Amino acid sequence: MKPATFRYHRAHDVADAIGMLGELDAAGEDPKLVAGGQSLVPMMNFRLARPSVLIDLGPLRRFPAMTGIGHDDDGALTLGALTTHRVVETSRAELGPGFGVICRAMRWVGHLPIRSRGTVGGSLVHGDATAEWCLLAVLLDAVIIAEGPDSTREIPAAEMFHGFYATAVGPDEVVVAIRFTRPSPRAALTEFARRHGDFALVDTAVSLEGDPARSNGSGPHLAGGRVVLGGIAPTPVRVPEAEEVLAGGVPGPALFADAAAAAAEAIDPPEDPAATARYRRRLTRTLVTRALTEAWGHGDDR
Amino acid sequence: MTSERQLVVLAVNGTEHELLLEPRQILSDVLRHELGLTGTHVGCEHGVCGACTVLVDGEPVRSCLVFAVQAEDAEVRTVESLGEGAELTDLQQAFRAHHGLQCGFCTAGFLMLAEGFLLQEPDAGRDEVREAVSANLCRCTGYQNIVDAVADTAARRRGSPGSSTQEAAP
Repeated sequence: MKPATFRYHRAHDVADAIGMLGELDAAGEDPKLVAGGQSLVPMMNFRLARPSVLIDLGPLRRFPAMTGIGHDDDGALTLGALTTHRVVETSRAELGPGFGVICRAMRWVGHLPIRSRGTVGGSLVHGDATAEWCLLAVLLDAVIIAEGPDSTREIPAAEMFHGFYATAVGPDEVVVAIRFTRPSPRAALTEFARRHGDFALVDTAVSLEGDPARSNGSGPHLAGGRVVLGGIAPTPVRVPEAEEVLAGGVPGPALFADAAAAAAEAIDPPEDPAATARYRRRLTRTLVTRALTEAWGHGDDR
Repeated sequence: MTSERQLVVLAVNGTEHELLLEPRQILSDVLRHELGLTGTHVGCEHGVCGACTVLVDGEPVRSCLVFAVQAEDAEVRTVESLGEGAELTDLQQAFRAHHGLQCGFCTAGFLMLAEGFLLQEPDAGRDEVREAVSANLCRCTGYQNIVDAVADTAARRRGSPGSSTQEAAP
């Protein structure tokens, strides 16, 4: 199908985009921001989305901060909102060992042509519960930095996703950057889709925190672990039941299987034409086991 | 609602075109209907099939997921940019030699996907080629011959003809 009619404006800078959002909204229009457009344009082609005005953030790519990869003194990683998935995928060294999981996860994001245009900020604002970026944001305690007409807000990932493509970002705000505050060398993201590159039926992102201080003859104990799931609820969710199993445990196949079983037990996955609840539960168990095993194997990457 | 046309300058295959476009016109439609570049095919119109793949600033992109107005400052390359007249490029010749096409509907998309992919990843092996090719749909060939054609092209460009194919190219 073809998209419905809309008017088109280019934003010159962030303030210009915020100003247009406010003016158009006040004039009774229904403006929408577009960055890479890899989620929005299909929805417009299907006429599931019919904004009356599109404000293109593309020209903002000329500002280095909007597409940059930077590290703060406290170890956090900041990505400009317009950084493409493909740039992230090809920037392993710039991301650093604490955020290698982000680089590795990119191969799951659509396909090369989608990754070449789609952006970090766009994916987070779209808020699909299975989107790899949404899981990574929860896993790595991301802070979404949104500029509004009066102030700049920092939205923690835990408060970002409201379900069914709704996020905490206001209609008058522009996401400018994302700061990942929790480096996790031992981390992994994996998923299952009927065809590689499709939306995942279930995906999971996990991290493991070693605790060398408690090492003994039986090997190092884990200080803790984090298990994030997508595709089993309207938003990406952490599974405390599985994380409790990991904390203090001795990493290995038995522990990972126990944690995965706890995750599968704890969730209440949806039943829909794509997959039954039982199938999603079994996928969860398999994928969490795989992800924890892979994450532990990344411990020596640094 | 009124549909206001905008003056857009599009650089396609090295030529600049001044066009009066509705913002809602997707790049694939503009290439075909306004510029007559019908080599770019349109399949699903929602970014799944890849038949409309073109290069935007050297990167493979679904032209059905880009509004033409968004491509104003970019360099667009379509399948028509491959080869000189009747002369086929090495990539096109490899598709022909390996029977990487039957009906041909998906071929332009696969060619531009492979062209963009090999520009970025000249050292790609067969597994990487398989993963890249998985972006697009072909309902005729079963993909194996497409993978052969792209992997062969990559190998030949590296100076080792046929080294990554199962059968020697004719």
